[in-house]
Amino acid sequence: MSKVCIVFDRIRAEEKMLEKEALNLGYDTLMLDAKITQVNTDTKKQDLDLGDVVLERCVSYYRGLHFTSCLEFLDIPVINKFQVANVCGNKMFMTLLLKKHNVPTPKTYFSFTSESATENLEKTGYPLVIKPVIGSWGRGVMAIRDKDTMDAVCEIRDITDSPHDRIYYLQELVNRPPRDIRVITVGDQPVAAMYRKSSGGFKTNVALGAEPELCPLTKEIEDLAVKASQAMGGGILGIDMMEDEKNGLIVHEVNNTVEFKGLSRVAEKNIPKEMVEYAINYIRK
Amino acid sequence: MNCPECDASMNIPEDASVGEIVSCPDCGADFEIAKKDGSNVELKQAESVGEDWGE
Repeated sequence: MSKVCIVFDRIRAEEKMLEKEALNLGYDTLMLDAKITQVNTDTKKQDLDLGDVVLERCVSYYRGLHFTSCLEFLDIPVINKFQVANVCGNKMFMTLLLKKHNVPTPKTYFSFTSESATENLEKTGYPLVIKPVIGSWGRGVMAIRDKDTMDAVCEIRDITDSPHDRIYYLQELVNRPPRDIRVITVGDQPVAAMYRKSSGGFKTNVALGAEPELCPLTKEIEDLAVKASQAMGGGILGIDMMEDEKNGLIVHEVNNTVEFKGLSRVAEKNIPKEMVEYAINYIRK
Repeated sequence: MNCPECDASMNIPEDASVGEIVSCPDCGADFEIAKKDGSNVELKQAESVGEDWGE
């Protein structure tokens, strides 16, 4: 019987649901805290109990990414793969890969100093949305509607000056209904979708209070989700789409360690079960 | 058990597992369950939300 390992750094409802479903399906299940696990260059697969397949679920992107590189070093199958996690965790890499694979995505501008970003914005015109290349839950995402706001953002970034503060990711502000669509894909197959309705501002993150509501999986949504998932390299993903009034459905984000607590309450399919079954089938291939 | 921060009484659910976060109802401090052996629970300060946290 295969053993499923769920790697975490903070146990959320999602990790508990995955553990429960893996146990219900009859698999040996192991919860492993990345924070207290040690690996070195001489570590062998048999030195650690990591099961037959790992679902990497760290809430810290960098911790999860680096832990994934250790797992792949040890030849342990991990979902998602390092390359997928690496790309999805960085909005710039993700946007470039979506565009490269002809997945419709908002027009996005990249600059590498505050001066250059300001110059580009003056040329392009307001408003644009600035997003940190690393980060989630809508943090640091702001609509830049005038030069004063841009100057303030640049000043703060020049003071904090973390490596990613020098990377400017500015995106068109898409005209759309006050909601977006989150599709969960498992092995390039959409399993459920929800609308995330804005709770007032232009952001639609559930973490900020957006209300989740079941969204029917139309063929158009399914096709676009499959295309976006394949562009990223597959695995278990959360594909975020907007209903652009001008261009129809567009993908603006793909998430690596997707949260599904809200959607799982209303989805027809058992999302964590689909994920565990995918992991098991992944090592049977 | 009592909150390591403010000493208020904390109720740890029986089915809580190691790695889970519990909050003090009085001061709001978050703690991670570091060890659990029956009713013996060891808490440690929970990590604060990092810049790279999320999905």
